[in-house]
Amino acid sequence: MNAYLTAAMFTITGFAFIASTLLISRILRPSAPNPDKLETYECGPLPVGDAWRQFNLHYYLFALVFVVFDVEAAFLYPWAVAFKLEGPYAVAEMLIFVALLLAGWAYAWKRGALEWE
Amino acid sequence: MVIPNFSIGPLHLLDVLPYVAIVTILGVILLLTPFLVWYERVALALIQDRLGPNRVGPRGLLQAFADGIKLFLKEDIRPSAIDATIYYAAPVLMMIPALAACAVLPVADLRIDMGGGRIEAIPFVVGNVNIGILYLLGLTSLQVYGIVLAGWASNNKYSLMGGLRSSAQTISYELSMTMAVLTGVLISGSTNMVEIVRSQAGTVADWNIAKFLPLGFIATVVYLIAMVAETNRAPFDLPEAESELVAGFHTEYSSMKFAMFFMCEYASMLVISGVATALWFGGWNSPHPALNFVPGFVWFILKVVAFVMVYVWVRATLPRLRYDALMALGWKRLLPIALAALVLTATWDAVRTPADKKSGWPVIEAPHDADKPVARASNAR
Repeated sequence: MNAYLTAAMFTITGFAFIASTLLISRILRPSAPNPDKLETYECGPLPVGDAWRQFNLHYYLFALVFVVFDVEAAFLYPWAVAFKLEGPYAVAEMLIFVALLLAGWAYAWKRGALEWE
Repeated sequence: MVIPNFSIGPLHLLDVLPYVAIVTILGVILLLTPFLVWYERVALALIQDRLGPNRVGPRGLLQAFADGIKLFLKEDIRPSAIDATIYYAAPVLMMIPALAACAVLPVADLRIDMGGGRIEAIPFVVGNVNIGILYLLGLTSLQVYGIVLAGWASNNKYSLMGGLRSSAQTISYELSMTMAVLTGVLISGSTNMVEIVRSQAGTVADWNIAKFLPLGFIATVVYLIAMVAETNRAPFDLPEAESELVAGFHTEYSSMKFAMFFMCEYASMLVISGVATALWFGGWNSPHPALNFVPGFVWFILKVVAFVMVYVWVRATLPRLRYDALMALGWKRLLPIALAALVLTATWDAVRTPADKKSGWPVIEAPHDADKPVARASNAR
């Protein structure tokens, strides 16, 4: 538990550094806004509409396949540490687990989820 | 090098060691960043046959500091179309995980005289967390939130494209990276960073890259490719591809908030190189016992710096990938290779390890002779 405490203290120290630099910079820097300066940058011309609109659905597909594999990885970590104590069944179980996932991965590939257009 | 467990007043060395680690590691990371920027610019200039920074300070060494001061004093432009809360939170959200991840990097093993001739090895690390590698993977993947939120909150098409690309790229390569790291955990038999490094003591042949050849080597290569993609560095720098997306997700950022993104890139390069060092290249261990007189932290820093040099070299050498090629490399090449390395390593380890080392495995006792040492079947199945 102590190790987590020092890790948390490290994070807090880091955050304090970030916050202080942002704050000091805020005090020191000039501020002279005008409407033209605050316009969204679109290479010079006035921006056409805003950016909060529909985007390529394909990003979601990758995210879905990712979630499946990442959950798998979360299961495999405890296994990787413990399998030396658990005997041959642990290896066999993992092989079945990975084989099932590979089947899903092959299906996703075949259905074109991994292709980028 | 044995350090006595001295005490100043009521404070013992062991009690203050974590605090010393906090200050040194944070300080080194933050102070090293300007030199990395300088090194990168000089090395790129050298490779591209131009001069590079040479005006500010000797050999341009202070150029990065000058840039930092400039960014510090620049006006902060707050575009009118942004989602303010998220816009301001994004750089901090990106910087905190990059710094927090350093907390579990094992820098060195200090040999401390506990009194009475008892010497103990105490790791120089902020938090010797027993799931260190999971902590690291979790925090490095948290950075994607910073990027995608920065892209979204800027309300700029270039930023949005950069943020989306980055999120898709990071999650794709994170899988290969996770699988490669899993192979390393399997070889070392622990998720504790310090234990992983200690299991590689000895010579180069004891480093994880050289174990289960060629599987350890393959997993290392997968990790090294994925690590470049994770940090959004060339040739995988599509989120900020300047020729098509202006500056990607940080197009609308200026002043110190831009500097945060900039520092974050270098901090995460250092962290992820540190993980590569600890996981595959022996961490603080020297390549040969004859070189053991060099302190551990020197080896660690040398190895990390070597990785950063490779980063710059790769950036100067390879052209940027096309986006579909990038996704295909991650999903169709690296992922199956990393999974295969994992499965083969597990099977090999199961077959190889002597049966008496595993509790669940059948152990065949050889007949016990009085004049012979006890022999045990090593591969009883």
